[in-house]
Amino acid sequence: MSTGHTHKLYRHGASPVHRLPAHCKILAVLAFVLLVVATPRAAMWAFGGYALLLAAVAVVARVPPGFWLRRMLIEVPFVAFAVLLPFVAEGPRVEWLGLSLSESGLWAAWNVLAKGTLGVAASVLLAATTEIRELLLGLERLGLPPVLVQIAAFMIRYLDVIADELRRMRIARASRGFTARGPRQWAVLAKSAGALFVRSYERGERVHLAMLSRGYTGTMPVIDRLTASTAQWAGAATLPLAALVLCLLGWLL
Amino acid sequence: MTRTPTPDLPGSHPSLEVSGLAYAYPDGHQALFGVDLTVQPGERVAVLGPNGAGKTTLVLHLNGILTAGAGRVVVGGLPVARENLAEIRRRVGLVFQDPDDQLFMPTVREDVAFGPAAAGLRGPALEERVGEALELVGLADCAERPPHHLSYGQRRRVAVATVLASRPEILVLDEPSSNLDPSARRELADILRGLGTTVLMVTHDLPYALELCPRSVILSEGVVAADGPTVELLSDEPLLRRHRLELPYGFDPRSVPLPRP
Amino acid sequence: MHVPDGFFDAPVSLAAGAVAAGAVAVSLRGARRELDDRLTPLAGLVAAFVFAVQMINFPVGAGTSGHLMGGALAAILVGPYTAVLCLSVVLLIQALLFADGGLTALGVNITLLGVVAVLVAYPLFRLLTKTLPRRRSSVGVAAFVAALVSVPAAAVAFTGLFAIGGTADVPLGRVLAAMVGVHTAIGLGEAAITAMTVGAVLAVRPDLVHGARDLRRPLVLRTASGDAGAKAAPADTAATHAPTSPTTPAPPTGAAPGRRSVRPVWIAGLAASLLCAGVLSFYASQELDGLERVSTDHGIMEREREHDLADSPLADYELRDVDNGLLSGGTAGVLGVGVTLAVGTGVLLLVRRRNRTGPPATAVGGTSSGADAG
Repeated sequence: MSTGHTHKLYRHGASPVHRLPAHCKILAVLAFVLLVVATPRAAMWAFGGYALLLAAVAVVARVPPGFWLRRMLIEVPFVAFAVLLPFVAEGPRVEWLGLSLSESGLWAAWNVLAKGTLGVAASVLLAATTEIRELLLGLERLGLPPVLVQIAAFMIRYLDVIADELRRMRIARASRGFTARGPRQWAVLAKSAGALFVRSYERGERVHLAMLSRGYTGTMPVIDRLTASTAQWAGAATLPLAALVLCLLGWLL
Repeated sequence: MTRTPTPDLPGSHPSLEVSGLAYAYPDGHQALFGVDLTVQPGERVAVLGPNGAGKTTLVLHLNGILTAGAGRVVVGGLPVARENLAEIRRRVGLVFQDPDDQLFMPTVREDVAFGPAAAGLRGPALEERVGEALELVGLADCAERPPHHLSYGQRRRVAVATVLASRPEILVLDEPSSNLDPSARRELADILRGLGTTVLMVTHDLPYALELCPRSVILSEGVVAADGPTVELLSDEPLLRRHRLELPYGFDPRSVPLPRP
Repeated sequence: MHVPDGFFDAPVSLAAGAVAAGAVAVSLRGARRELDDRLTPLAGLVAAFVFAVQMINFPVGAGTSGHLMGGALAAILVGPYTAVLCLSVVLLIQALLFADGGLTALGVNITLLGVVAVLVAYPLFRLLTKTLPRRRSSVGVAAFVAALVSVPAAAVAFTGLFAIGGTADVPLGRVLAAMVGVHTAIGLGEAAITAMTVGAVLAVRPDLVHGARDLRRPLVLRTASGDAGAKAAPADTAATHAPTSPTTPAPPTGAAPGRRSVRPVWIAGLAASLLCAGVLSFYASQELDGLERVSTDHGIMEREREHDLADSPLADYELRDVDNGLLSGGTAGVLGVGVTLAVGTGVLLLVRRRNRTGPPATAVGGTSSGADAG
């Protein structure tokens, strides 16, 4: 985990999926998720198909199921929400174990759960097989305005530095016996936040000077550029194409 | 003192000429009151001075980030002026005090490549520059690492490499020894000595100045208050005291081996 | 936490994406104009700040805690254009690297949390700073109101999107009431923290508060007391003193954070947590991202969260919401459902009943959330 700009979702590897250029992968995942979202919720089997597709990708990417599933916990909160839908939605009701559940609510819950889960799963796979830097290069390659990509790059570069400052402030607070228990302490925490902003902004100004000193004139030089072969594009397209078939079938059948 | 820019003839001009430089910040606070300083090619010169003496202000004039209110700065025969800024910034390699400010790219390699790439270098020529600069600071194997995974000393050395990659006429370092542990300090000193480039080093670390720079100037209250061999300045205790400079306890500048010029 | 995939149908997701793209394009132009070639480093650092500040944990009491969403704060500190850019980048990275917020819902998330929040907060802030007396505390009041209004405004926008392309058949009025109710509560916390943070910056580097740049000239001191706030305008605000100010209903005097009085803030926080607890039964779960509860010790949260920071926020991001989800939310989520079952379909509305036993349990599920606006 210590080489490259890794993050917890990234899993180092050399699988064919890892080797695909980032922009191909981003596009493939985006298309996939869009197709999932566009699939009618009644086509339950189609969602099973999507899940199988993702599982296949995970196998090729050698992302172990445990790793994958654990990373998907991010969606736990909204599962709770989905579970509530059948109780509050309108429409005809069904009785189940003495509970009155809304039919449309059940469908809505299923819809949100299935699509949301598939979306998270696909995103997790993308993040697990792509380094941050690659991701940024991929976004740039896909035509995201370079300014946005640079802002993201600076953000990621300095996130650790800033978090470190935050941690030092917390230690300084704690060393003087401060514990935050409730809103009474907000003023102190807000002061930290304010100080953090000032430091961040001032660092931004210094970074700008450092950039100027090295010949920056308003545009970043392009040092690396991702390229993709036709074969790589084709490889990445497998997932959305298969999903397209499922989606169409979902509408037709 | 000819003013024709002839960058192809290094050595025909002093690396750095500062004359009558004065500057006041927009808020009215005047930091420099007429600084004169000439540095010949290959020299290593320390600018000594207490906090608030105007050291950083001076440094920011050398590559045109601040524009002189009066006086002028000439680098290798080329005056610092708006139309020359790109070349000036290539010639003056500024190493900032906090390497985290300086290393702003995602990986060491991209960071070192930034300067030359901004000047238009691409492809193998760029890679070669990067390799060369990292080699000089002994960190060739760190190229693909993100800067924040390096030690502080390594980051400082990478910061030096980022400016060396542009093959500067003069290397300007702001407090190069700050926050370094003793071995990192020594490693950096070895590197700087081995470069053979003109070095201007701004510091209040007097032993480090003595170790690296045969010549020093004392900047105090916005003017050059003294200019001479480092060992002589450091041995003049009343002079040091007048300018709020102090040697570490027990340190005798005459008892240490002198740096080779 | 942010809207996941599947919450809105494809057309709405795409349309919101187009809106977000348009807003980002406009912001790019505006921010370029303001910051010139300083844009990328400054916006990058501010984005990192926003990301980090979302990880500061503000305990609400009773084991509940919230964190800042930061839309209003960013707008006031760095101006609307740069703020939209920063928030968009933060949301983009959260979606791509942490699967937080669906990829197809990115447009929705940027529109709600970035664009709407900023578009509401900033003009309101400017209007208030112009009409209120020129004093530092006025900036605090303006920041408070702007942040307070911006959060439910995003909730209203969410409801609007839901009306067009929501995938659940829940009556709109109910959604609106629940969303606005919960978000007003969340907004109180957001408002207090935003105002205090802006105040803290103002005390150190007033020049860095974009929204209060005109306050920089020497202050015109008036002898009148603070209560002149609403109507005092004529004297110092030269041109624009249409009597707009008194209309703002919010608690400017009460909670004026500029004044450092802790009590109003505390009361606001308490009200927020009570209201949230009451409303929580249902929609809360979707919105309560802002409020998380740890069943045991108050201290735990702060330690846990900030402990994450000890490493890299990138490395530990997912823990932010999930840890709690696991520790308390796992069982609590189930509990929350149980409570809901017990109360039955009647619970739905934003009941103001402070169900003292039920809600805290659900509140844990409050880790939760599906949508964001908060």
